[in-house]
Amino acid sequence: MAQWDLANADAVLVMGSNMAENHPIAFRFVMQAKEKGAVVMHADPRFTRTSALSDIHAPIRAGSDIAFLGGIIRYILENDLVFKEYAVRYANLATIIDENFIEAARNEGLFSGWNEEKHSYDFDTWQYQGMVIPSALAEHYLDTAESYSEMTKRLHEGPPPDDPTLQHPNCVYQILKRQYADYTPEMVERVTGCPKETFLKVAEALARNSGPDRTAAICYAVGWTHHTTGVQMIRAAAIVQTLLGNIGRPGGGILALRGHTSIQGSTDIPTLYNMLPGYLPQPNAFKPQARHFDQFLDDETIPTGWWHNFPKYITSLLRAWYGDSVGPENEWGYQWLPKIVGDHSQLAMTLAIDDGLIKGMFLLGQNPVIGGSNSKLVERGLGRLDWLVVRDTDEIESANFWRKGHLVQSAERRPEDIGTEIFLMPGELAGEKAGTFTNTHRLIQWHDRVVEGPGDSRSELWFVYHLAKRLKALYANSELERDRPIRNLTLDYRAEGPREEPRADDVLREINGYTWPEKKQVASFKELKADGSTACGCWLYSGVYPEDDDNRARSRIPDGPDGPGTHLGWAFAWPANRRTLYNRASADPDGKPWSERKRLVWWDEAEGKWQSPDEIDFEPEKPPHYRPDWDKKPEGMDALGGDEPFIMMPDGRSQIFSPSGLKDGPLPTHYEPVQSPVRNPLHAQQDSPVAKKWAREDNPLHALGDPRFPHVLTTYRLTEHHSGGTPTRGVPHTAELQPEGFAEIPPELARQIGVRNLDWIVLSTPRGEVETRALVTERLKPFEIDGRHIFQVGMPWHFGWEGYATGDIANVLTAVVGDANSSMHENKALTCDVRAGRIRRSRHRR
Amino acid sequence: MNVHARAAQAPESEFEHVPPREAEMTAGVTIEPGKRYGFFTDTTLCIGCKACEVACKEWNQLPAEDGGLTGMSYDNTQRLSATTWRHVTFLERMGHEGTRRPDDLPGFQSQWLMMSDVCKHCSNAPCLEACPTGAIFRTEFDTVVVQQDICNGCGYCVPACPFGVVELDELDGKAHKCTLCYDRLKGGLEPACAKSCPTDSIQFGEIEDLDRRARKRVEDLHGRGVVDAYLYGAPGSPGSTGGLERLNAFFLLVDRPELYNLPAAPTRPAERIAPALGTGLAAMAGLAAAAFALFARSQRR
Repeated sequence: MAQWDLANADAVLVMGSNMAENHPIAFRFVMQAKEKGAVVMHADPRFTRTSALSDIHAPIRAGSDIAFLGGIIRYILENDLVFKEYAVRYANLATIIDENFIEAARNEGLFSGWNEEKHSYDFDTWQYQGMVIPSALAEHYLDTAESYSEMTKRLHEGPPPDDPTLQHPNCVYQILKRQYADYTPEMVERVTGCPKETFLKVAEALARNSGPDRTAAICYAVGWTHHTTGVQMIRAAAIVQTLLGNIGRPGGGILALRGHTSIQGSTDIPTLYNMLPGYLPQPNAFKPQARHFDQFLDDETIPTGWWHNFPKYITSLLRAWYGDSVGPENEWGYQWLPKIVGDHSQLAMTLAIDDGLIKGMFLLGQNPVIGGSNSKLVERGLGRLDWLVVRDTDEIESANFWRKGHLVQSAERRPEDIGTEIFLMPGELAGEKAGTFTNTHRLIQWHDRVVEGPGDSRSELWFVYHLAKRLKALYANSELERDRPIRNLTLDYRAEGPREEPRADDVLREINGYTWPEKKQVASFKELKADGSTACGCWLYSGVYPEDDDNRARSRIPDGPDGPGTHLGWAFAWPANRRTLYNRASADPDGKPWSERKRLVWWDEAEGKWQSPDEIDFEPEKPPHYRPDWDKKPEGMDALGGDEPFIMMPDGRSQIFSPSGLKDGPLPTHYEPVQSPVRNPLHAQQDSPVAKKWAREDNPLHALGDPRFPHVLTTYRLTEHHSGGTPTRGVPHTAELQPEGFAEIPPELARQIGVRNLDWIVLSTPRGEVETRALVTERLKPFEIDGRHIFQVGMPWHFGWEGYATGDIANVLTAVVGDANSSMHENKALTCDVRAGRIRRSRHRR
Repeated sequence: MNVHARAAQAPESEFEHVPPREAEMTAGVTIEPGKRYGFFTDTTLCIGCKACEVACKEWNQLPAEDGGLTGMSYDNTQRLSATTWRHVTFLERMGHEGTRRPDDLPGFQSQWLMMSDVCKHCSNAPCLEACPTGAIFRTEFDTVVVQQDICNGCGYCVPACPFGVVELDELDGKAHKCTLCYDRLKGGLEPACAKSCPTDSIQFGEIEDLDRRARKRVEDLHGRGVVDAYLYGAPGSPGSTGGLERLNAFFLLVDRPELYNLPAAPTRPAERIAPALGTGLAAMAGLAAAAFALFARSQRR
């Protein structure tokens, strides 16, 4: 949802985010909603600046979010508060699931399909009855030998089996009731520590402010993603919002507040290892169907729904990358794409570096010694590289760890023993280069260069462009097959000025896409073809540069006070400038708005098309009563009815129950964090059975109930600093606002260990220990969990040894453990010990 | 704290792209000499982001201070000074029973108060009245500004200010304080702090407009159950006591002024001249009488 659309919400639940501190601009719209009478709620382990501005603060133990959200799901079901007309028609609430499916709640915390030997799930029992549903985001059925396309054929033959009366014992509604039956308000209190009255206030306010006339929004950020169950936390929110009918409607939805400025952009044009631009799958070397391009297309093309267009997007991408050197004769250069062979995410890579498998590394705008989990392990790894290129605006910790880091401070290594050759190259700041930011609601916003960077500093674009140019020159005469991707890579950007700065607008033109070989800009992704006659760097961004001289990302025309408030003239939101995704759902199945108050999209019978002040996220002329003609085995969008708004899903419906695409279950269930002081009160399975643990000597994890680490630790950010701290710790005006590292502890704990405000304390985990100042505050609350007294402490992770604002690195404490789906670390919930005093450090050498 | 290398390389900024009368777009205010301007700081909207502090220092090129970690909640600048002209106060005020903290909140900053403090630009400014050189003057926008080239550093303004705003800088020995961005106003720009405030807690405008807005806001808040909301520094309200009449930078508060580091009943020193003079003369007379009596007695012996 658009950030500014939050102003239309009747209730806002901020959870897994400290929104006022870390997204103050977006929080402006929460405040606007509040001015109009919306109730604002904050469920969070800490009482933060966000809580101070909320009507309700629900304190929960870090990592217990699914218990809280599961409690809300149960509350909605038990009190019959489901927006039935919405959830039955627009979601898979009535769909019937395979008869052998068993919920985790009835099976000691494991869903059906658990394969002890492989230590992973088989997904057969999670499917719709008699029908295999592929994941919209490709990483599915990795180890099946059978062609995936064969298994999903039935999608052409008819709609999934369902029971609109919701009585069938294996329909999703009944499964939900069984799965969340135990998540009573009492259980919520027992697991999360949140008083049940407070929990009920939140659940009640969400439900009361949902329905035809009202909408509620949920905002989350890295407070949810940074868990081994992060993906399922977000899934739980999606289930709540779907049951309440809050997706695709004004003021409703889920706002994923991104971790920093253009993180959305770096998932769209990904720095992620398993996706190509526009959420296309990266081929996997172990997948038999990925050996050749035609098999890959056949396997990855989802028969029904929008993703049926996949071949057009991937072919246009390959054309954009390799130009005239590819065609049907050489599989469009498919063989030149790198194939993944496993988990190549940051956590896995950290270990691979430490194991000496990776020899060289580029760091562009990242400071892993501060931001990476298990910081000492990261340092050891960096110290084993042959070479390391660091591009940044300052000499960051990751560039000078070899003389100032933990290894030399603790005399584990001497600087002269660290052989890594480090190249530190100055980068330019945002104002010193042109380009785009893609923000939290998919809004691509262009910024001009204001001033040239000083000295030798250069933009990232300059660096990558000139590196590629030099590589191409080096390989120009090579006849080796493996060098062809470098030789054939297109690099047709104009470079200007004495610095030969490549034009960022040329890159954006290519991302938008053009015809081939004429290079005439395409107006939208609907013009892309699978025959090589179009080239497009990222299909989702298509439309951002529809004419050679029309950079829509640079447009800044707001609606004004009397306008509709969708601000279509303000920059460009992917896809196709649509501001609210799935906005067909804002009208009822017949195409009428659910209410006048929440009007956004409606069917105009006279004109024969959908109308809206927004761009419509649906086929513009498909009438609400269109039904697929199953006798003709319809494909793509033809297989979706006029009342099925979720066009990216194979069945056009929001997935309350997710049959494919997740490795840890089709529904969320509460697991404890990998490092937790509490036994899972809900079932025998303690933590996520598929969590990535990487338990090894340099990444030790303690056993459950280890008395050495009794407290809950959460790490977080402050509004005064930015992520790894490079842009703020070295700037006096921001450094003075939070000039030194600290950890927040509750007064009860301070009394117990005998420290007062600002005294030194030592935090320790099996990975290491840090010393810092105690900020004793009642904003941190001790919890009663399952009859036990649990203290929770928090430590900001911005600090390091460089800049004006310094402090010990919080990530020395964290572990390399990750979510099974995203490989995201769990730095928001772990355990620690706290004691008074300082660490005795052997200063330098032996 | 030394100047950062990067900052030293680029000491100048460029102002080529400022649109004329920008404040009309950013604050809905047309800035014209002869009208009265000020700030209305609504603490119930403040999220404590400190953007105002940073924007103020960036625009006015004020140095950072190296105070270290204070341990006073998130307040590490602590006070207004010669080099800090906007300052966000933090006050943790968690009411609780035993270990249980409250979770149902009035919703407008009930447990953690935050307020962005600034020079009040008093309508009867005591600093201006105390200044013997004429360095402190009232501008065409009805704001109060210290002219650095005239100030001789006598420091009379410092104790004169009932809010402790003005301070002599250790480096140049002269008085410094907020100018309400006098230079920006002359260029048609909204003051830096107000422009940077993401939640409109700091509002810039004509005094009469701000007054109306503020009174309506208090009414609204009362209607929504925030019965403690009141104005500080508006005519006839706390803060505009002791002959100060009104503060051009005034505030909406939800607790006692002292909790925000504001005096409950500030007084203009000039108000105290007559009574102080009276008491002084009376004391003199009394002493003289006593001395005379003693002298007379000793004479009698």
